[in-house]
Amino acid sequence: MKPIYKRLIFFALLLGIWELGGQIGLWAEIILPPPTKVFTSLYVGITDMTLIYDLIASFRRLIIGLVIALLIGTSIGVLIAKSKTADDTIGSMLLAFQSVPSIVWLPLAIMWFGLNEQAVIFVVILGGTFVMAINVRTGIKNVHPLYIKAAQTMGSSGIDLFIRVIFPASIPHLVTGSRLAWAFAWRALIAGELLTTGPGLGYTLSYASDFGDMSLVIGVMIIIGVIGSIVDQLIFQRVEKSVARRWGL
Amino acid sequence: MFISINQLNKQFLDKDKNPSIVLKDINLQIEKGEFVSILGPSGCGKSTLLSIVAGLTEATNGEILVDGKAINKPGKDRGMVFQEAALFPWINVLENVIFPLKKEMSKKEATKQARNYLKMVQLTNYLDHYPHELSGGMQQRVAIARALAMDPEILLMDEPFGALDEQTRTRLHGQLEDIWIQTKKTVLFVTHSISESIKLSDRIIVMGTRPGTVLTDIKVDLPRPRDEHKEEMLKIEEHIMSYLKKEIDKVVSEELNHEANL
Repeated sequence: MKPIYKRLIFFALLLGIWELGGQIGLWAEIILPPPTKVFTSLYVGITDMTLIYDLIASFRRLIIGLVIALLIGTSIGVLIAKSKTADDTIGSMLLAFQSVPSIVWLPLAIMWFGLNEQAVIFVVILGGTFVMAINVRTGIKNVHPLYIKAAQTMGSSGIDLFIRVIFPASIPHLVTGSRLAWAFAWRALIAGELLTTGPGLGYTLSYASDFGDMSLVIGVMIIIGVIGSIVDQLIFQRVEKSVARRWGL
Repeated sequence: MFISINQLNKQFLDKDKNPSIVLKDINLQIEKGEFVSILGPSGCGKSTLLSIVAGLTEATNGEILVDGKAINKPGKDRGMVFQEAALFPWINVLENVIFPLKKEMSKKEATKQARNYLKMVQLTNYLDHYPHELSGGMQQRVAIARALAMDPEILLMDEPFGALDEQTRTRLHGQLEDIWIQTKKTVLFVTHSISESIKLSDRIIVMGTRPGTVLTDIKVDLPRPRDEHKEEMLKIEEHIMSYLKKEIDKVVSEELNHEANL
């Protein structure tokens, strides 16, 4: 059997049990509303555009935050890969920052920027920057020495060598870094939105929770999960695979 | 002399900070247009010697002069082909060959020159292929075209065919010989294959190991193509083998002693 069929049957079974369990009263609707209810609130949310606006608002923050994170992350990565002093100082700090979930910065961010858009974007930026920096550093440090030697025998050195050889050679790590940065930024975004004002997917989630609308809560959870896996599998994994193939990894 | 290597020494510090001598008192004079092989067992420092000529490795002392000028860093007058093709995987075949030309000529000229050299290695049908789409032999031909494209005086080759299968290697020997005759480059060719060195070179520098020294310098005075002179080639091979036999025995007995001391 093809994996796609296995997957379809699996999800059909899961939905069936979920729906049936609610129908025969194994659990109360407020504990776990049945899929039909969830899909109804998703349908309502999409047709009256509220979820669409949430989605647009969330993506706007994500894209702004992620782009800034990738730019800063790449710059820091290049700096710590090229300068031993920077690596010994900033580099060690990065590892410490990377092990702190970026959402813990939110209280400070709210103090600095207020309970608004900027605070969330700040958390998103922190979510993506460190992992990007670490991967860029790894990429640059691990460029095959043979590429560098070959380029040197062809008269390349300094900045020229960096732009034409070292940087392109580390693109596989750059792609991996971007993928991880996206994953961290996406999680940071939702967490940040949960604790601030709307519109946004995280905000709607906490709003629905306050009103006991569990079917909308699950609906938003589904949107978050679906978007997360679509971006990861359709964009990043594909790019990663084709890069790995061409780079001969 | 075109290339002049004088009293060259190279030593590394090993793990325990003990100096280990890789090359000892190498003296070598090479004429313009000569095809010279450097032959020796692994560990004799032949690749290090080539790397020093390329300017990629520093000598501990001694000097190398090319056309009267001392060498201390890589330069476009010396093209290098490594054992691995070392093509850049993010650009296609044509762009790889254009790489060394980019700064010194217009895009159009560079493309024309690159195409010429790719034609010389018979790869005009693969201009827009990426390195991962080519076989090992084809990649190595691109690497040769790339080294030639910047029109160096000297072509340095570090076991360029070592990783290829026998048939491909034989074919590339023929191509390299043709290219050498056409372009009249001075070639310094590092190999551990005796037959390869006899087939290709005007002169064979046989090196011994630990420390790396020049054992002998053999002139190969056979008309080309040499495959038609199998008997003479065999004689030279036996002659070289008599030198290398002692070296290989030395390595084996050293390894055995080392093991006995463990």
